[in-house]
Amino acid sequence: MDIVNALALFANFVLVPATAYGAQLALGALGVTLIFGILRFANFAHGELMSFGAMATILVTWLLQDMGIGLGPLPTALLALPVGIAATILAVLAMERSVFRFYRRQRSSPIVFAIVSVGVMFVLAGLIRLIIGPGDRSFADGARFLITAFEFRRATGLAEGIAIKQTQVITLVVAIAVVAALFWFLQRTRAGKAMRAFSDDEDLALLSGINPERVVTIAWVITAILAAIAGTLYGLDKTYKPFIFLQILLPVFAATIVGGIGQPVGAVLGGFIIAFSEVTVTYAFKKFLAYLGPEGWAPETLVQLLSTDYKFAVSFIILVAVLLIRPTGIIRGKVI
Amino acid sequence: MTARAAIYYALMGLVLVGVGLYQSWNVAFGILNLCLISAIMALGVNIQWGYAGLFNVGIMGFTALGGLAAVLVSMPPVGEAWQAGGFGLVLSAMVAAMTVVSIIAARRVLPRKLRLPATTVLLLVGAYFANQLFVPATDRIEAINPAQTGYLGGLGLPIVLAWPVGGLIAAGAGWLVGKVALGLRADYLAIATLGISEIIIAIIKYEEWLSRGVKNVTGLPRPVPYEVELAATDWFITLTQWLGIADPADFAGVFVKLCYAVLFAAVLAIVLWFAERALNSPWGRMMRAIRDNRDAAEAMGKDVKGRHLQVFVLGCAVCGIAGAMLTTLDGQLTPTSYIPLRYTFLIWVMVILGGSGNNWGAVLGGFIIWFLWVEAEPLGNWFMATITSPMPEGSWLAEHLVAGAAYTRYLLMGGILLLVMRFAPKGLIPERQTTRR
Repeated sequence: MDIVNALALFANFVLVPATAYGAQLALGALGVTLIFGILRFANFAHGELMSFGAMATILVTWLLQDMGIGLGPLPTALLALPVGIAATILAVLAMERSVFRFYRRQRSSPIVFAIVSVGVMFVLAGLIRLIIGPGDRSFADGARFLITAFEFRRATGLAEGIAIKQTQVITLVVAIAVVAALFWFLQRTRAGKAMRAFSDDEDLALLSGINPERVVTIAWVITAILAAIAGTLYGLDKTYKPFIFLQILLPVFAATIVGGIGQPVGAVLGGFIIAFSEVTVTYAFKKFLAYLGPEGWAPETLVQLLSTDYKFAVSFIILVAVLLIRPTGIIRGKVI
Repeated sequence: MTARAAIYYALMGLVLVGVGLYQSWNVAFGILNLCLISAIMALGVNIQWGYAGLFNVGIMGFTALGGLAAVLVSMPPVGEAWQAGGFGLVLSAMVAAMTVVSIIAARRVLPRKLRLPATTVLLLVGAYFANQLFVPATDRIEAINPAQTGYLGGLGLPIVLAWPVGGLIAAGAGWLVGKVALGLRADYLAIATLGISEIIIAIIKYEEWLSRGVKNVTGLPRPVPYEVELAATDWFITLTQWLGIADPADFAGVFVKLCYAVLFAAVLAIVLWFAERALNSPWGRMMRAIRDNRDAAEAMGKDVKGRHLQVFVLGCAVCGIAGAMLTTLDGQLTPTSYIPLRYTFLIWVMVILGGSGNNWGAVLGGFIIWFLWVEAEPLGNWFMATITSPMPEGSWLAEHLVAGAAYTRYLLMGGILLLVMRFAPKGLIPERQTTRR
C-alpha cells in the first residue's frame, strides 16, 4: 500500500491534464451555449471559429517573436491574444451581418441556421488553410514547466512526480478569469440581464423593450472572445492543427448538452465532466492499482477501460446516457 | 422531369463531354464515375432531409460502413487467423449478446428504481468478461502475418454483393442511432450522428483484426477486368482496331471506367426509381405531411417517430450502398481518408444546391458539386497563378498562395452553400408542388 504515490501518479496523468482540458472545453461550450440560448441553433462553425482565433493569435505571436518582444517566462501568445480576439470579433461580426442577420429577419427555423453555419464552417476552414496552411504549428515559448516531475520527486522524496506544465496553469487561470468575468456580466450588468431575459423568453423580452439587435451582437462578440481564448489555450497546451478543430466540436457539443442547453453554469460543468471522463476512461490504471495493492503485486492487464483511440466515444456515450436519463441536461436547460 | 431540369442535365452532360475533348476521356469518365456515386449519396441524404426533414451529419460513418462491407464480402478469408482467434471472438460476441439479453430481461423484471443500477452493473460485468476473451483473440489474429494480412479477411464473394450488404450494415447502424436520437429536437440528431460517424471511423481505423486499420486493405477484387489483361485479350484488340484507336493501353483505361460507369448508372437508376416511386406514393405524401406539420400528422394518427425511423434507416442504407461502391472503385479501404468535410458536409452542399425534396435535383447536385470539387484544384491553381503573376519572382506571398491553392475548394463550397441558402433556398430544381393552390 502506497497511497501517496498512487495519488501523485493519478494527479500527474489524470487530474492535471483533465483540468486543463476541461477548462478549454468549458470555454468552447460556453460559446456554443450562448448561441444556443440567444439564437437557438447549433453553431457548427464554432470549432473553426476557435481555430480562427488561435490562427490570428499565432500570426501576431510570430510577428512579436521576430521583433524580439516577449513576456520572459510567459508565452508571447498571451501578449498576442488581444489582437487575436479583436480579429475574431471582426470576423464574427462580418459573419453575423452578411450571413446570419438575413435568416434572423426571416425567422428561419433552427435547422436552416445550422445548415448556414455549415457554409460558414467551410468558408472559415478554407480561409484558415489558405492563410496558415494545414500543417502543425507550434508557437509556445517561455518556460515549459512550472515544476517538472524530477523537481517534484526531489522536493518531496516520492517515487512518482507531478509535472505541471506552465500552459496548464495559464489555461486554468485564464479560464477562471474569463468565466468569472462572464458570470459577472450576465448577472450584474444591464446588458447581461437583457441577454438572460432574451434567452428565457424572447417575446416577453421584446415586449419589455429589449433591443434584439443589441442582444444578438453582444452574444456574438462574447462568443468570439470565448472562441479565440479557447482556441489559443488549446493550441498552446497541445498543438495547433486546423484539422483538430473539427474533431473538438463533438466534445464541445457534448459538454453543452450534458450541462443543459443555454445554461452557462452547465456548460462549465459539462466541459469538466466530459474532460474528466475522457481522460479517466482512457487512462491505464495498472501502475495506480499496483501502488494500492500489496507489495510486489501488479494487475496483469493495463486496466484501461477504453483505448485512447476511442476518446470520441466517451463524449458520445455520455451524450447518449444524458439523453436517455435526463434529456434536459444536469442543470435544467431547454428541453430537447 | 421538367424542361428546366432537362436543360440543366444537358448542360452538365456537355461539360463532361467538354472535359473529355479538352482534357482527356480518362479524366472525364473518372469524374463521371464519382459523380454517379456522389449522386447516390445525395439521394440518401435527400431521402432523410428532403422527405422527412431529418438533419443527418454522420453520412461519413455510413459510407465508411459500406466501405467496410466491401472488404468483408470480397477479400479472401484468412484461415489461420480464424483458427487462431475465431473461437475466442465468437465466445466474446456470445458473452456480449448474453449481456444485452440479461439487461433487457432485468429491466423487464425489476422495479423502476433498481433498473439503472442493475443495467450499469450488468453492463460492466458483461463488458469485463467479453473483453477478457476479446483482447487475446484479436492479439492472436493481428500477430498472423501482419505485413500482409493480420486480420480475419472477408468471405471471398464477388464484390458486387458488397453493395447491398453495405446498405444493410449501414441500415443496421442507422436503426441504432435513430432509435436513440430521433423524436427529439432536430439539432440533437445532428450532434448524435456527428458522434456516431466519428466512432465508426475510429473503429475502422483502430480495430486491425477487422479492417487492418491504418495499414489499409489494398487490392480488393474488381467487378470489371484489369486494364493490362484487357489490353492483351483478342476481342479487345480487334475492337480497338475496328474503332481505329491508336493507343490500346489508354483505351483500356477508358473502357474499364466505362464498365464501372455502366454498373454505377444501373444502381443509380434503380435507387432513383424506388425513391421516385416512394415519393409519389401515399407513403411519400404522408412523409411530406409529417415534415411540414408534425402535430397535424400526429393528430391524424400517423406514427411520426416510427416513420422517421423508417426513413432514416432507408437513407442510411442508400449511403451505405454508395460507400461500398466508392471503395469498390478505389480498390482499397483507407480509413484515414474519411474526413467529414469531404464525406458529410460536401454531400449536404450537393443536396441543398440541387434542391432538397427533389430526387432529380439531388442527383444533379451530386454531379455539379463533385465536378466542381475535382475541377476546383486546377481552377484554384490557375486563379492563384493569375493573381500572383504581378508579384516578383520567388516572393514568399506568391509561393504561399500557390501552395494553398488546393484549399480554395473549401471556400468555393462554402460560398455555394451560403449563396444557395440565401438566394435560392429551394435549389436548382425545386420540390414539385403536388397540389396547386
